[in-house]
Amino acid sequence: MTTAADPLREQVRSAIRDQPFRTRTVLSSLLSVQDSVGYLPEAAIDEVALATDATINEVWGVASFYPNFRFKPPADHTVEVCWGPTCHVLGAQRLLQDALAQLGLENEGETPDGRVGLKLNTCLGVCAHGPAMAFDHALVGRITPETARARVAAMRGGAA
Amino acid sequence: MSDAFTRLEERATVRWADLNAKPWIRVGTGLMGEAAGALETLDAIRREVSKLGLDATITEVGTTGLCYAEPLVDVQTPGGPRILYANAAPQHAPAIVECHVKDGRPVEELALGSVDVDVPGVPRREELPMMRLQRRVALRNAGEIEPGDIDQYVARGGFAGLDKALAMEPGAVLEEVKQSGLRGRGGAAFPTGVKWGFLAGNSSPVKYILCNCEEGDPGAFNDKTVLESDPLTLIEGCVIAGYATGASNGVVFIRHGHDAPIDRTRKAIDACYADGLLGVDILGSGFSFDVEVSLVGESYVAGEETALMEAVEGKRSMPRFRPPFPAAYGVWGKPSNINNIKTIAYVPEIIRNGAEWFAAIGTERSKGTAIACLSGHVRYSGLVEVPFGLTMRQVVEELGGGDPDGKPIKFLQTGGPLGGLLASEQLDMALDFDEMAKAGAMFGSGGLIVCNDETSAVDLTRVLVAFDQMESCGKCFPCRLGMSHLLEILERACAGASRPGDLELMERVGGNMRSGSLCGHGQLGYNPVSSALSAFGAEFEAQMRGEGPLPIGPFVGPKHALRGAQLEGETPTAAVKGDFVYAAEPVPAAAGGGA
Ligand SMILES: Cc1cc2nc3c(=O)[nH]c(=O)nc-3n(C[C@H](O)[C@H](O)[C@H](O)COP(=O)(O)O)c2cc1C
Ligand code: SF4
Ligand code: FES
Repeated sequence: MTTAADPLREQVRSAIRDQPFRTRTVLSSLLSVQDSVGYLPEAAIDEVALATDATINEVWGVASFYPNFRFKPPADHTVEVCWGPTCHVLGAQRLLQDALAQLGLENEGETPDGRVGLKLNTCLGVCAHGPAMAFDHALVGRITPETARARVAAMRGGAA
Repeated sequence: MSDAFTRLEERATVRWADLNAKPWIRVGTGLMGEAAGALETLDAIRREVSKLGLDATITEVGTTGLCYAEPLVDVQTPGGPRILYANAAPQHAPAIVECHVKDGRPVEELALGSVDVDVPGVPRREELPMMRLQRRVALRNAGEIEPGDIDQYVARGGFAGLDKALAMEPGAVLEEVKQSGLRGRGGAAFPTGVKWGFLAGNSSPVKYILCNCEEGDPGAFNDKTVLESDPLTLIEGCVIAGYATGASNGVVFIRHGHDAPIDRTRKAIDACYADGLLGVDILGSGFSFDVEVSLVGESYVAGEETALMEAVEGKRSMPRFRPPFPAAYGVWGKPSNINNIKTIAYVPEIIRNGAEWFAAIGTERSKGTAIACLSGHVRYSGLVEVPFGLTMRQVVEELGGGDPDGKPIKFLQTGGPLGGLLASEQLDMALDFDEMAKAGAMFGSGGLIVCNDETSAVDLTRVLVAFDQMESCGKCFPCRLGMSHLLEILERACAGASRPGDLELMERVGGNMRSGSLCGHGQLGYNPVSSALSAFGAEFEAQMRGEGPLPIGPFVGPKHALRGAQLEGETPTAAVKGDFVYAAEPVPAAAGGGA
């Protein structure tokens, strides 16, 4: 468990050590690792267990419960589509299905080359500007199908 | 007035005068602003100001609520007019900066409204359709001050409520909140003073005030707006709540993922510690109180009070059994009080102006203001704070301006994903907790999704149920399986392939959920269906026969429909999904044995 020069493990440890929370818990530690590393590598589970005096099972239990945790490195780019009710009535399904078709996906997931990941979001929090999408976490409101297609195409690195 | 507060006020007065002595540009850059492109506008303004070498203050503020007009740039010049510029794109920055900031002449073509001073050809901000009926209490500083800046907050009356409270007996502060008639804004409308009384009655030395900003309701964005526009009003309210109930710690509980509310709240907490407004011996009163931020992963149920306590402890956000109730055994086993953050954000003004002042706003039993989030098919989308007692129609049609293309409004979706549909004929109902409850509607946390006559009630109900299904925490089966089952039945309805008896089946499933679920998620989970059926029963039945009046397109929902299922492979719960519970149910003969 204690491998010496493992840079990923070091990054995990410092994320846990430097987390911006006064009260440190399994959840706060996992969130901090994901923010720093971009996902939860294997090392995160046992390092968090060690740091919070929890069991491996408890840590897995928390990590598997919240769908924002991921266990593989993220794709180079992320597209988020809001499917919440406001965006739905304003045409979110069209945006979503265009993006799926463009990326050759059937649902949330990543392109096989790992360039673009697509994620459905239950509400991006900007309903007054629906329909909303986010590209590499930058929010875009009142998005048109044309803009969405162009942005996805740019991420995919090919023509629309 | 305490010496410490007098010193703060003096400092604030000087800072406020300095700020007003030169041009002041405010740009709304919260989440809403970002989605509208305000960050690019902000950059353009900064570039222009430095290019012309002007001495102007540029401040990032929260949102005014006039979201339809974003990006919104607010320019004020000493002795000159103060103007709000609507839909200010980067290319408008040169005109705004050159004419208004430099020469003091408003750019009329871009002006939305003027503040304080009349400007020919520009309406007053208060006269805008979306502003006319508003009354700002919790949102009084939104868009006006830099979020988390103590001086600006104090200059507008901030911390005067806390200073006043600290000079009173805690019991008198509690009594004041009771007298004000303040009721919880998190959904259940429980009297806040009564709830605080439970905590005050517990003599434990460590007690918690939990401020709930989970805000998982899609369509609601008012909690995040309070935090990103004026986090100090929450912190001040939280300290007053702590003082009134004898609590020692406050926790602001926010969903991970939205940076602006989180960062601004953290900054405000740090500033309070630096100025002796948090920590030991607050304002020299002898009262000590700590506040920290706690974040949670994506989970709707984390907003439920006992699930929230689990999440603060770092666990899965699964509700606890009650009793014991939070005031006896809450987070970390300590007595706790939970309020929505809007509820707490009202407290400073209630104490500063007195219970009677607050109780004079609103209706007989719904006191104060309601903060509604207008989205969907609505011209003036955004956030409005209005006294209780206005009708829903006034909110949607006068403040919201109705459908942007003038199409008829068919219904509102209110009360979040566990709420329901309010048909347009019901819009003359007054905004009032009890009136709405009597009519079977919920104001909930204030999300009003406006839907025109091209919206299928069946389709939207499916979206709500798809949401509730994926958000079930999975602890109890009436909710976990019932939600999945409801979704399957609605999928069939949307495809026009319902089986005979589906309506009765939904009702039975819904009844089981209501009586057999542990928390409000399952207990209320049938609401969206039952309310849609009562308002649009005929449309439902036609759709179920495949003769629906409105086309329903294909629907892709989230893949991780079950908690825990994002791990590779099937989870144990996946195996018992679907027809497991009801497979033994006899299928009516007319269905020909079912699909
Ligand atoms: C499934 C579920 C989700 C909830 N989500 C929230 C929420 O996001 N924010 C909130 O303030 N209250 C939420 N509540 C209500 C809380 O349990 C609690 O009643 C509320 O925070 C109390 O605050 P109040 O007295 O100020 O209204 C939720 C309740 C349930 C059953
Ligand atoms: S009712 Fe639903 S959300 Fe609530 S505890 Fe049961 S399974 Fe979880
Ligand atoms: S529903 Fe899409 S941003 Fe809220």
